Amino acid sequence: MPSLGLFLSQLFNGLALGALLALVASGLTIIFGTLGFVNFAHGALFAFGAYAGFLTYQASGSFVLALVVGAAATGLLGLLLEWGLIRRYYDRPPEDQILVTFGVGIVIVESLRAVFGGLTRNVPLPSWGNGILNLHYFFYPVYRLQVLGIAALALFALYLLIYWTRIGLIVRAGIEDPLMVRMLGIRVPRILTLVFGIGALAAGFAGVVDSPIVSVAPDVGSRVLVESFVVVVIGGLGSFPGAIVGGLIAGEILSLTSMINPAYSDVALYGAMALVLFLLPRGLLGTEGRI
Amino acid sequence: MKRSAGGRALMAEGIMAAVLLALPWLAPLLHVTADVLTRSLIWGLFGLGFDVLFGFTGLLSFGQAAFFGTGGFIAAWLLTSQTVSSVALALLIGTAAAGVYGLIVGYISLRRVGIYFAMITLAFGEMSFFLENSPLSALTGGENGLPGVPPPGIELFGRSYTVHSGWPMYAFIAVIFFVGYVIARRIIRSPYGMVLRAIRTNPRRTPAVGHDVERYKLSAFVLAAIYAGLAGGLLGLFQGYMPPDAFYLDTSGQLVLSTVIGGRGTLIGPLIGAFTWIDLREVLQQFPALGAAWKLVFGAIFVLIVTLFRRGIAGEIGALLDRRRRARSPLPEPAAPAQRHAAAAPVRARASTGPAILEVRNVAKRYGAFTAVEDISLEVREGELLAIIGPNGAGKSTLLNVLAGELKPSGGGIMFRGGDITHAGVIDVCHRGISKTYQINQLFPDFTVCENVEIAVLAHARGRFRADCFRSLDADGSRRARAEAILDKVGLLPFANHPTAEMSYGEKRRLEIAIALANEPRLLFMDEPLAGMSPVERAEAVQLIGALATERTVVLVEHDMDAVFRLADRIVVMQNGVKLAEGTPEQIRNDADVQQAYLGGVDGHEPA
Repeated sequence: MPSLGLFLSQLFNGLALGALLALVASGLTIIFGTLGFVNFAHGALFAFGAYAGFLTYQASGSFVLALVVGAAATGLLGLLLEWGLIRRYYDRPPEDQILVTFGVGIVIVESLRAVFGGLTRNVPLPSWGNGILNLHYFFYPVYRLQVLGIAALALFALYLLIYWTRIGLIVRAGIEDPLMVRMLGIRVPRILTLVFGIGALAAGFAGVVDSPIVSVAPDVGSRVLVESFVVVVIGGLGSFPGAIVGGLIAGEILSLTSMINPAYSDVALYGAMALVLFLLPRGLLGTEGRI
Repeated sequence: MKRSAGGRALMAEGIMAAVLLALPWLAPLLHVTADVLTRSLIWGLFGLGFDVLFGFTGLLSFGQAAFFGTGGFIAAWLLTSQTVSSVALALLIGTAAAGVYGLIVGYISLRRVGIYFAMITLAFGEMSFFLENSPLSALTGGENGLPGVPPPGIELFGRSYTVHSGWPMYAFIAVIFFVGYVIARRIIRSPYGMVLRAIRTNPRRTPAVGHDVERYKLSAFVLAAIYAGLAGGLLGLFQGYMPPDAFYLDTSGQLVLSTVIGGRGTLIGPLIGAFTWIDLREVLQQFPALGAAWKLVFGAIFVLIVTLFRRGIAGEIGALLDRRRRARSPLPEPAAPAQRHAAAAPVRARASTGPAILEVRNVAKRYGAFTAVEDISLEVREGELLAIIGPNGAGKSTLLNVLAGELKPSGGGIMFRGGDITHAGVIDVCHRGISKTYQINQLFPDFTVCENVEIAVLAHARGRFRADCFRSLDADGSRRARAEAILDKVGLLPFANHPTAEMSYGEKRRLEIAIALANEPRLLFMDEPLAGMSPVERAEAVQLIGALATERTVVLVEHDMDAVFRLADRIVVMQNGVKLAEGTPEQIRNDADVQQAYLGGVDGHEPA
């Protein structure tokens, strides 16, 4: 029987991991909701952000700057990708949209490997993230709490963007009724580019935040990609609240089951996904009528 | 004609056999090793099943590694643990296990389509990797895999040989690949395979003509898993070692890449694509600086191909050859467009109406708070032509969709010829003798005109599902004859061999009707058959509808009042989801409520 301290510390781990997954998954959801397709390059963008942040951190010594530059660089890459390639795919069948983003993901990851090599790079904790906190029942690393806070703040920023701005209004309308939005002529290319950029930015930002915990490697994003798929399947693709709820559930499943038997934690996550699919094919917060 | 088609049909097998036989002599000239070819063949076999699933059925799975690994590890474990001594038996058990696993995964993941299906299969692939990697690592060796898989032995003329690596191994794998290739070709060219292609081309119309799409999809998924399992088992034999990377996400991805680069829907595409990267890897590995670059190059090629040459290498070459062949012998221009329907004088004689064929009781369809159809009751009598009219948004099309089993009603009941079809669903409804033409054409654009009808004839002849994978499509002439008879009825027979995409709008409209006639419906729903037609096309279509209605009961939804009043025996008027009036054309013409709805009502004037 695990102790209360271990339980609580795993609960916090789950929250931090879940918030991060929610952030990645909400980028996926925003892109899906507006552009109508799933970005299989999302994990690669996560890795790209991590490397951009790592370089900035090395050069400047400031983790905050690394966060800003890493996220911005990934966002910029997203804008370029949409402008140069993705927009040619809006009228193509969904399989082609999946295929091209999948291919782009491979090119990004392999480019990272070609430039930085395949070895993992350790990213030191920021100076303000060092240390361990005594939370009475258990000791807990400060940075993980900060991750929770940073991810929550970023999610809040996304929330403001989606629910309180004009772009957000279009994003939400697109999720609600993509055809109608197109009919109204709102799908101006500039907004689509911007939305893809914002989705990429969320992935890149998460990549930087996560880098001191997992260290950086070219394929660091592939696991994140799969897990964020599980998140959106559980939460309901296209739903922003669904991404958050799904992210937290996934994070908790991963960390709480690993307390019992780490060998089964990943399997439990996919088992949960299968269960949700079985009972609620559209996910917890997914809406009826969309595929 | 038939002979040459049959000759061409076996030509692919012949060329494949010749190439496989010639490669041991050709390859050394091109500095290609036996191992590169053997590995490509294993991936090609893996890809045969995947191409049936993705290239032909249209289901993009990112989790094929699960079955590749399952088949491979089970066969390898059986052999290394010496539970089974026969290599063939181990392969068979591994392959069967992969098939069973495919059945389970397919059952769950096929609950969703499109992007969801891709995401879910990817997740199941990862789950399988984690299962192999930790909980089952005592059996599978976890990250180390299973070393010491014995080489296969063969009994020939009473003597047993061990298949050594190099060219003997190539020959061993090539024979299995060839058998797999012949089987896959047969499957694709069977009636079963034609239904798979129909599913990719139009997933909505395929069930509407009576095919149980879900079962076809699941069986294709299992088929792909079986091919994957066999290929996985061969990988272990080939390497003498079962590597854990068989379960990697990369393996599933590499399969998708190979198939798309080589050409989806060509069966040989995956082999070509796999050879491309396996040889590229081999060549680049000779340069230390470029060792890891093969994947970058391959990924870039992939993006290029998806963007510009989406048919892939084999597909683009095939299309080029097709174009040249067609340029050399173009399809004969049909002699005279069928005018004879327009020639007949009266539209139709009024039918003597029989007993009720369809009884609709209090049917409703609601979407949340919105009510599209509310409490509709009506009767359709045997032999009559009943028209349903009403302003846009009155719920006519929704009602038709509910009656045809495409939408589940929120309430009420529907009886067809004494049987309850309220919850029967579109496939069952079709087989009971109801069909429907769509307001927006629901054709199979990749098929010829005749094949469009044939796919519907197949359902009528074979039922909801039949795994007749090894029957030849050419063996059964009655399907073609039946389809041509139907095409003749709508005046499209001269266009039978034309590609659907080249037909004019009016011809496509008539093809839409022809498809709906294939199940010999006793009751035909027609949703705005005249929509978008030119005046000449309209006149012809009205004649056609009149002729069709002499042989069966028709329910017609139409905005063209002129046509409605000429054709209909009775008319039902709908407005805002409810029935406003019902009666003969004369009664409706003089009904005050109807005049109000159409001329003076809030919904405004409806253009004829």
